[in-house]
Amino acid sequence: MTNFTFADGIRQAIAEEMDRDPAVFVIGEDVGESGGVFGVTKGLWDRFGPDRLWDSPISEEAIVGAAVGASLVGGRPIAEIMFSDFSMLAMDMIVNQAAKTHYMTGGKLSSPMVVRMITGTNGSTGAQHSQSLESWFTHVPGLKVVAPSTPEDAKGLLKSAIRDPDPVMFFEHKGLYTGRGGPAGDVVEVDPIPFGVGRIHRAGTDVTVVSYLKTREYALAAAETLAEEGISCEVFDPRTLVPFDYEGLRASLEKTGRLLIAHEAPARGGFGAEIAAWAAENCHDVLRSPVMRVGGHNTPIPYAPVMEQFVLPMTERITDSIRALVQNPSRQLQSL
Amino acid sequence: MTDALTRTTARTAAGITLEEGLELLRKMTLIRRFEERAARLRAAGFIPGFLHPCSGQEAVAVGISAALRKDDVLTSNHRGHGHLMGRGADPAQMYAELFARSTGYNAGKGGSLHMIDADLGFLGANGIVGGGIPLATGAALQLKRRGSEAVAVTYFGDGASNEGAFHESLNLAALWKLPVLFVCENNLYGEFTRQSEHMVLENVADRAAAYGLPGVVVDGNDVLAVKKVAEEATERARSGMGPTLIEAKTYRHKGHFEGDMARYRPKEEVEAWLKRDPLLLFPEVLREELGATDAELDAVRESVEAQLDRDIEWAKEQPHPTPEDALRHVYVDSHNGKALR
Repeated sequence: MTNFTFADGIRQAIAEEMDRDPAVFVIGEDVGESGGVFGVTKGLWDRFGPDRLWDSPISEEAIVGAAVGASLVGGRPIAEIMFSDFSMLAMDMIVNQAAKTHYMTGGKLSSPMVVRMITGTNGSTGAQHSQSLESWFTHVPGLKVVAPSTPEDAKGLLKSAIRDPDPVMFFEHKGLYTGRGGPAGDVVEVDPIPFGVGRIHRAGTDVTVVSYLKTREYALAAAETLAEEGISCEVFDPRTLVPFDYEGLRASLEKTGRLLIAHEAPARGGFGAEIAAWAAENCHDVLRSPVMRVGGHNTPIPYAPVMEQFVLPMTERITDSIRALVQNPSRQLQSL
Repeated sequence: MTDALTRTTARTAAGITLEEGLELLRKMTLIRRFEERAARLRAAGFIPGFLHPCSGQEAVAVGISAALRKDDVLTSNHRGHGHLMGRGADPAQMYAELFARSTGYNAGKGGSLHMIDADLGFLGANGIVGGGIPLATGAALQLKRRGSEAVAVTYFGDGASNEGAFHESLNLAALWKLPVLFVCENNLYGEFTRQSEHMVLENVADRAAAYGLPGVVVDGNDVLAVKKVAEEATERARSGMGPTLIEAKTYRHKGHFEGDMARYRPKEEVEAWLKRDPLLLFPEVLREELGATDAELDAVRESVEAQLDRDIEWAKEQPHPTPEDALRHVYVDSHNGKALR
């Protein structure tokens, strides 16, 4: 059996793109000889050396700023932010510089670069190493936002991100590449996957469940459970948030007539709100029940496992919410 | 004629010919007159946005650029008009951008704060204080990776030296020996606040020692002195020895922005600096050390005024963008005027 993990997908995409294009390089904390805090860049040092892996000081603004600057003069940098929480230290370079380069210059310059951000909660990592901040970046015109949930998608989408002419925020859920998701080593050929094309992980007829990153696994588990109860879920992973596969979503809603969005980020202001608003504006004709969101509770991520599990929208909460949506939507709306 | 030729070739000051000296003077004059006219054009309603005039600081931009090669790249700050023209940018396209026309440098999408000239390696003014510093550092990283001898220059003020971006970038550039010139134009004020009220050190250049790169103080109103330190710093950078922090002590004649009366500055201080106006000092050097005549100096001013007359006329005739042009250039691969959902 093939042992190809999420971490393998990331590492192979970087290696194959570095082989293809000498302009591609990685810059970030511990990305060099040590192979990174999650071992994702392990092995690349021996193959590519210091000109392709710039092991930087702990200086997030300078890391992302250097990536933006290099991208202006022909570089194809991949900046790694060890935890997406730390991207807050680089927000000026992402939001005020990279996102606006092409626009402010009237199309004369651009910032083709990737910011890889390790994101999400993974077992008592606490309030400053666990956040899911992807929706912040979807709010900034000029950025593209990618959120893969499988090893194949990680590889194919990262290849596309590296080749993309615009700045791409690439989120990697740490729960997908620790433990069994960590580096294993089998190579799987994956072509670049175009942005804006969702993937249906399970077909169904009663409700469309949109989820991405780690939450996609919980959505699939919920769908399994509900199938036994006679509720048929279609699990739709958009894979990229900007651009978003609204055509794919619409096609799914035409089949199911119901929409539930589940993500780990707090529900308030999460990307689920954007998807819900779009569906309300554009799919009213096919919806037969209110749109529903399941997100993290609106709290920082707590440390104690019992509280952490409570805050996250895991299988049980998603299952209960889908059941309520299909069986008694009006009561559930009141509880929101 | 023979006299003029002899003078041009034989007389030099700080290693320049009269012809080179007159070109430096022309650029400095161009910047000053450009800014004066921009202020009037703004008052007359041609310029909708901010202006941060650099009058008084011309010798820095012109002196630095005199040491650069064609393949070098630059980033700048909110007070960037001089940096652009020092590099040879076209005042006509600059005015067109200030007038928010579609043929301006940024197609009317940037204005003063974001102006670029990619052909000159001018990667942009910047609306964020300190924002251009990491960008030049990254450009230098890519230049070094490519094996190029080109250098990156970044202009910023004394105020920006209090930003984290400055400190992170100096450390990174020194660590990796990146070919960068960090050029601080210390005009004594960060916006409305005196330098002594926002930092303890007298010299921004002293901050270089903390990161292990040379820090040099130079008279920013002496164009030849600036040129000389820039030549030393570029040589250092091109030979792989890494970055230099250059602090050019200078003064902005006007307020932080056009319209700021700058009453927070003591009158005596302003008067003392006006006596050290680079556009008074440098013609004297040209006169005394290179034998420039009144006619030659007058000709510089006249040619600048005539050029700006033409440039402004041209800019005024340029087309306005359409409202829907706002939807273009959000992404490289979505030029069709559809904003990405």
